[in-house]
Amino acid sequence: MTDPSMALAVEQVCIALGGRRVLRDVSFRLEAGEFCGLIGSNGSGKTTLLRAILGFVRLEAGRIRLAGHSAGTGLIGYVPQKIALDPGLPLRARDVVALGLDGARLGPALPSRARRARVDEMLQAVGALEFAEQRVGLLSGGQQQRVLVAHALVRRPRLLLLDEPLANLDVRSTAEIVALLRRLSRDYGAAVLLSAHDVNPLLSAMDRVIYLANGSAVAGRADDVVRTEVLSSLYGYHVDVVRVHGRVVVVAAEASEQIHAAVARNPEHTAPVP
Amino acid sequence: MFSTFMAHAWIVATMVAVVAGAVGFFVVARRAAFAAHALPLGAFPGAAAASLLGVSQLLGLVVFSALGVAAIARLQRGERREVASALWLALSLAVGTLLLGFSGQYVQSIYGLLFGEVLGISRGQLVGVAALGVVALSVLVLFARRLLLESLSEDLAGAAVGRSSRLEWVFLGILALSSAIAVPVVGALLVFSLMVGPASAARAFTDRPWRALAVSVALAIGTVWAAIALSYLSNWPVGFFVGVLSAACYVAGRLHGGGVAQAA
Ligand SMILES: Nc1ncnc2c1ncn2[C@@H]1O[C@H](COP(=O)(O)OP(=O)(O)O)[C@@H](O)[C@H]1O
Ligand SMILES: [Mg+2]
Repeated sequence: MTDPSMALAVEQVCIALGGRRVLRDVSFRLEAGEFCGLIGSNGSGKTTLLRAILGFVRLEAGRIRLAGHSAGTGLIGYVPQKIALDPGLPLRARDVVALGLDGARLGPALPSRARRARVDEMLQAVGALEFAEQRVGLLSGGQQQRVLVAHALVRRPRLLLLDEPLANLDVRSTAEIVALLRRLSRDYGAAVLLSAHDVNPLLSAMDRVIYLANGSAVAGRADDVVRTEVLSSLYGYHVDVVRVHGRVVVVAAEASEQIHAAVARNPEHTAPVP
Repeated sequence: MFSTFMAHAWIVATMVAVVAGAVGFFVVARRAAFAAHALPLGAFPGAAAASLLGVSQLLGLVVFSALGVAAIARLQRGERREVASALWLALSLAVGTLLLGFSGQYVQSIYGLLFGEVLGISRGQLVGVAALGVVALSVLVLFARRLLLESLSEDLAGAAVGRSSRLEWVFLGILALSSAIAVPVVGALLVFSLMVGPASAARAFTDRPWRALAVSVALAIGTVWAAIALSYLSNWPVGFFVGVLSAACYVAGRLHGGGVAQAA
């Protein structure tokens, strides 16, 4: 609590689900305003870690500290992984953002000019003004994503958690959303922790990266972490980190030889991703 | 049709419609139609028990509704809400059958409980309904925003309050209270039609949540008023018209919001 620049500190966290240890001794810190990728394959524990930060999952050991608060004060913006918004629900995009502002409060919502202005500003910031009046369940996946980001940010949280926001987006929308989140993180002074299974779309945006595998985590600057020695030791078997045309490919040894050979034969083309 | 004899019927039916229309909005939003069926029907043995014991019917209904809430909320921890509701329904209907066996002479009043008996409402009942209706609506207004946020996503609601908690107890409690007051009027078998029909129609007519809630209340009021008038003119049971008109609301909603319905 003494350090005002800290947004999140995860300290020696262990989590067990259904009798199985999912995370073991996970530690990392996020500074205020940092943009951080949480990378791991399916089942590596990304969702579990994010839900633990929100206070939804009990810690077996360790501690999670948030800027000026303990976990569970509701001052974290959150965009969950699977969002199936009911198309029958009479709720406009604008209403979803308003619920982000004061949906947890008791009593009826009184409309006010200030409230409306804040919602409008947030819709504008995520590029959702043009579909603000439309029913949210009928918007496209990418549009819903923007609305949910606005919902999560409208209370100006110091920390924004996004669970696989890039899944199911095409290459162009992926780049757009990453750029948008990077910009919002700066404008709103929110630290962002974003989970993904592929590190590539985030490489240029990240201040810091956390890799999850086998229940353990390594954290640091991308250049220090996305390396053959570091990831091999995390995965527990030898992997090669191959950089091809600005992309990173992490491959097991055997496959990596084939990629090296393919690149050597035909350096004009990006190697196939296994 | 508007004599003092009928005045109680109009007043109580209007109160029941306001509560059912408002609660129904959240029943549909939370996809809890089956619980909205299981709670009133599961409460009806309470009324049978009350008449056996010679105490107020409303009291019996409230007690059994509360038991239903506790049972569904507890069972729900291990099972889905549909399963929990079905278990409660089976259990309470078994008890109801037993009570019916004991009280052969109450067949007429049992019929009223299942299908509604709006004409027999006493002044005392009227006050009871009004009091419970005010409580149900007050709690509903208090938690309206959080219930709506939870309908959108439980995870988002959890993040907003800082823990993964649901308002299921609050919601079931409101549902139980409104069931208890609606059962004598609309009938245990048809309460949920009044909750589900107008509310699901309302969401086809507007994209705004609170406006949809208001439309739901208006449609519910229209439904019971028309049902009483038609019942008076035809001498057919009120419950029949409530059921048919609720279904008609729903069909009208589907036709009006054809595009929405197809996208869903
Ligand atoms: N409620 C649960 N009970 C038991 N195991 C669970 C539960 N939720 C997740 N798990 C397990 O925890 C591991 C991590 O899951 P998750 O955090 O969802 O991974 P990711 O988000 O990285 O795909 C998986 O092996 C998953 O099967
Ligand atoms: Mg996940």
